[in-house]
Parts: sequence; structure tokens; C-alpha cells
Amino acid sequence: MDLLIQIIFGLLAALIIGAAMMVVTVRNIIHSALWLITSFFGVAALYLVLEAEFIAVVQVLVYVGAIAILILFAIMLTRHISSEGERLLTSRWWLTAIVALGLFGAVLLPTLAGQTWNIPLPTGPAGTPAPLSGVEELGREFVGQFLLQFEVAGILLTVALIGAIVIAFEERSRRRRVLTLSEEYTLRQRQQATAAKQAPVATADVAD
Amino acid sequence: MTRAIPLEAVLVVAAALFCIGLFGALSRRNLVGVLMGVELMLNSVNINLVAFWRYLEPQNITGPAFTIFIITVAAAEAAVGLAMIIAIYRNWDTVNADSVDSLKG
Repeated sequence: MDLLIQIIFGLLAALIIGAAMMVVTVRNIIHSALWLITSFFGVAALYLVLEAEFIAVVQVLVYVGAIAILILFAIMLTRHISSEGERLLTSRWWLTAIVALGLFGAVLLPTLAGQTWNIPLPTGPAGTPAPLSGVEELGREFVGQFLLQFEVAGILLTVALIGAIVIAFEERSRRRRVLTLSEEYTLRQRQQATAAKQAPVATADVAD
Repeated sequence: MTRAIPLEAVLVVAAALFCIGLFGALSRRNLVGVLMGVELMLNSVNINLVAFWRYLEPQNITGPAFTIFIITVAAAEAAVGLAMIIAIYRNWDTVNADSVDSLKG
């Protein structure tokens, strides 16, 4: 059982890291977004391994369902400018690679060497599941301990929604004209009238 | 589960994901690619929070609650960031981070 979990964890870790590497290195930005979705799914599966089912579902819903689609739409709206021949990375990418690798080393060293986590020992007889807080506690705490943060998150989402609309809004003069419903209706009526006017002529031609 | 996988293994995966995301956010030229790097970094932080909750404080719900808040903030950040990218594309005709340099002297 332990070996199976370890194998699953290793595969998931390889999937997450490999997909993330593809995200930052692949040239085509759409392929990059698809690898990002793969990485999100891998992280969701890792949450399942860590027994956080609700977080896994939220990860799939929000990241894969909303953010990835948003990114794909942004790529679609800005697509034709990112041609194949351009440089992929900035000119000093090696500097950022050194920074990232240095950070990885600086984080890894104290994590693996010298740090002992006081992981609580399993209580009760062997085989019983650990006392794990779940969705029930989460819901209770959202209207209890975290009520203020919950409300602030709601306000943040509203502000971000309005802000996104304001930022991405196009001025009326530069926008392609979109007909209102009544204008479209009169236009269609006019088209139908001209079509009806032409139709008897056509039948008359056939009769001749 | 906590017996099979040591906490350090999960932390190493999260650290690697964070560093890859940092590299992507700092070095991709495409602004959408930069945003993808930021999303990877936020994901790695979420992994860390869930791992610490599972291993150290499994009876306390604070870790998952914090994760939910981070996901919320990430969604807001992605929406505003992509709106800004679209606005930049409309005004500059480019989505490359180093082409938008009107603040440069």
C-alpha cells in the first residue's frame, strides 16, 4: 500500500514538474497553455493524494475551468502578433535562471538538512484514519472565524470584475458598430421587403 | 498516507514548481507567458499550505481555508492581468514585455 502511494506520488511529481518545464520552455504559447492545464490537473491529483478532496475539486473548477479558459481567450485575442521567428525569452534569461536555481538551492538546503518537523504521531489503534478536518469545518469556519476575510474576498472579486471590464473596455469611437435589437429588426424587415419585391419578378421570369 | 510520503518530498515538489514559475515569470517575453508563470507560483504555494495542513495540523482547517482565499485572489489577479494584456495589445500592438517601455527615459 505504501509502495503504491509512493509510486503514484512520484508519477504525479514528475507530471507536475515536467508540465511546468514545458510551460516555460515551449515556443508555441497555445501549447504552453495546454501544458499549464496539464500541470493544474497534476496539482489537483496531488491534493487528492494529500486527502484534501474539496481543494482538489476547487482547483479543477477554478484553475482549469476558469483561469485556463481565460488565458486561452487572451491568447486568442492577441494571437497573430506572436509569430514563430521571435525570441522566446528576454535577453538576460540566464540571469533569471541563476536567480531561480539559487532560490531553489537556498530553499532546499534548510528543508532537507537540519529541519525536524514535529509531525504528530497517529493516535489510537493502527489502521484507524487520522482525525481530518473536512468540508464541514471549512463551511463552519467561513461563517465563523474567517467571516471578515470571506467578505473581503467577495469585495475583492467584485472590484476585480469591475476593474477588468473598465480596463478592457474599448471606447465607442474605436469600436466596431454593434446593432441594437430594434435596428437589427428594422434591417431584417427591410431585407425581407426587398426579397419579397424580387420574388414575384423571379416567379414571373419562370412563368415566361 | 503521511507514513508513505515524507513531508520533505512534497515541499521539494512545491519548491521546484515555484522556481520554474519564477523563471517563467521573469524570463518569458510574452505577457501571457508571464501570467502563466505567476499561476504556477501560486499553485506551488497552495501545495505547501495543503501539505503543512495535512502533516502538521490535520484537525485544524486553517490551511485549506487559506488555500481557498489564495485561489480566489489568483482568479481576480488573472482576470485583471489578462484585461491589462488586452488593453496593452490594443494600444501598443504587442504582447511582449520588453516592447512596452514608454516609462523608459
